[in-house]
Amino acid sequence: MTTKVSAPAKIQLGRTPSSTIPVLTVILAIIMIWYAGAVHLNSDQIIDRYEKKGIDWSLVQLANDSWNMKRAVLPSPHQILMELKATIIDKNVTSKRSLIYHAGITLSSTLVGFLLGASLGIGLAVGIVYIETLDKSLMPWIITSQTIPILALAPMVIVVFGAMGISGLLPKALISMYLCFFPVAVGMVKGLRSPQPMLVDLLDTYSASKWQVFWRLRLPSAVPFLFASLKVAIALSLVGAIVAELPTGGQAGLGARLLSGSYYGQTNLIWASLIAAAVMSASLVSILGLIERKVCYRLAGGQEVSNEL
Amino acid sequence: MNSASASTGINHVVEVKEVCLDFPTKEGVVKALSNVDLNINAGEFVSFIGPSGCGKTTLMRVLADLEQPTSGSVLVNGMSPAEARKQRAYGYVFQAPALLPWRTVQDNVLLPLEIMGYESGQRQQLAQEYLQLVNLSGFEDKYPWQLSGGMQQRVSIARALVIEPQLLFMDEPFGALDEITRDHLNDQLLRLWQQTQKTVVFVTHSIPEAVFLSSRIVVMSPRPGRIIDIIDCNLPADRTLDIRESPEFLAIAQRVRAGLAAGHSYDD
Repeated sequence: MTTKVSAPAKIQLGRTPSSTIPVLTVILAIIMIWYAGAVHLNSDQIIDRYEKKGIDWSLVQLANDSWNMKRAVLPSPHQILMELKATIIDKNVTSKRSLIYHAGITLSSTLVGFLLGASLGIGLAVGIVYIETLDKSLMPWIITSQTIPILALAPMVIVVFGAMGISGLLPKALISMYLCFFPVAVGMVKGLRSPQPMLVDLLDTYSASKWQVFWRLRLPSAVPFLFASLKVAIALSLVGAIVAELPTGGQAGLGARLLSGSYYGQTNLIWASLIAAAVMSASLVSILGLIERKVCYRLAGGQEVSNEL
Repeated sequence: MNSASASTGINHVVEVKEVCLDFPTKEGVVKALSNVDLNINAGEFVSFIGPSGCGKTTLMRVLADLEQPTSGSVLVNGMSPAEARKQRAYGYVFQAPALLPWRTVQDNVLLPLEIMGYESGQRQQLAQEYLQLVNLSGFEDKYPWQLSGGMQQRVSIARALVIEPQLLFMDEPFGALDEITRDHLNDQLLRLWQQTQKTVVFVTHSIPEAVFLSSRIVVMSPRPGRIIDIIDCNLPADRTLDIRESPEFLAIAQRVRAGLAAGHSYDD
């Protein structure tokens, strides 16, 4: 805690300025491919239009029109950016057309579902590790639960809860929880069983109680495994929340925006929502990654650990 | 059983009678221990020596209640190993330091005291005392990775001693260390044993280490794991590492080596 002996050689390995150039190159390549793809996918409609109106057209004009088409098959990056600007910056946050408003709704059920799922997963893992009956009986059910497609399950859950007069956050969070608990349970079981047999023997020679072994050895040993699972779980939780918003008929949330975008052929809206979801997911995973770094740094006694995502 | 052992002699810290231990494996039953008889008196330093697979570690694990014998009887301090373990009668040093990486040196030494419910003032005092005994004062706030292998093993020795057991089990504690560190720690351990008058049971496969440290050497042999010789080894108490060149040292070492050779079959 007090002595922080840093290892400069190791820290330098992590982030070097040279990594920005490859990253930028890849982004640039993606944008170029995207623009090319936009021309490829949108040009048929544009050419049809030219021919109906009998317009002489050049390749430059075709590209230009493909990149600025309304309701394009594949909107171009700048159109999506404009849509994002229009729905994030230009709209009031409380407006039903604000992407922030919808993202907030999705985020809240993602987080509630994540907390529920992580707690359930940890609870199940502790049960499996400590109670032999659960160890033998529970795992097959947990695995079976994940073979049911969430797309089939989500509408039923929403409808059943709707019939009971419960709508909004809770049913959505339950669907997120359903996706979340699985990786957490599996990772946590592995983590709780990860201490070296020698360390377990050591605590045995002290006649330590089960709970003393849990708090002083098993739980700290499980933390790196837990974080790896939590990062998977929070991304799944977001997927769960979006899928759960589809059957509600497009009321609120990013899932609802995706749905109404596809109802009305507003591809800009679909892509803007997708990007919002991706940014949200990436941010959530990175926040967990940051916490992981801090916690694992302390668990390793201040030694730099390299388990970056 | 308890009363019987009391009448035969309270001096025996460890009494092993006709102990057998079989491990079931895919290739059939492995006889890890076969008819082992052994008594250890208070204040002795007894080494188990033998090649891998001779059951020396297994025998010590039986004494520590980490392994259950298939048949035979074992008494530690006149009670069953399980009772002795519950009464926290012994300290155990493993082959590796087995320190918790998230705890400082001091907190690692405090671990058994926390688990056994010592008062916090007493804990600090004991930890200080035993870290000093293994020459690690000033390293309290370091983390295990900041120490060398030899220092880590000394922390684990302090951790075994801090509960002040009269009996100390050491399972090849210096096996993973380089020879210079090992010599140094052997010397320190000998002084420690002479100072504290504890009973030490020590597993090793190094003949010089066994002869240098022990008051008695138990030579073991594999398949089935059994005792083939017990050698008294009363070198002068004020011995230093130089004694390893002396004729009496070499004579004992020779007898240990002969015992090991006799018990070992090279046909596999």
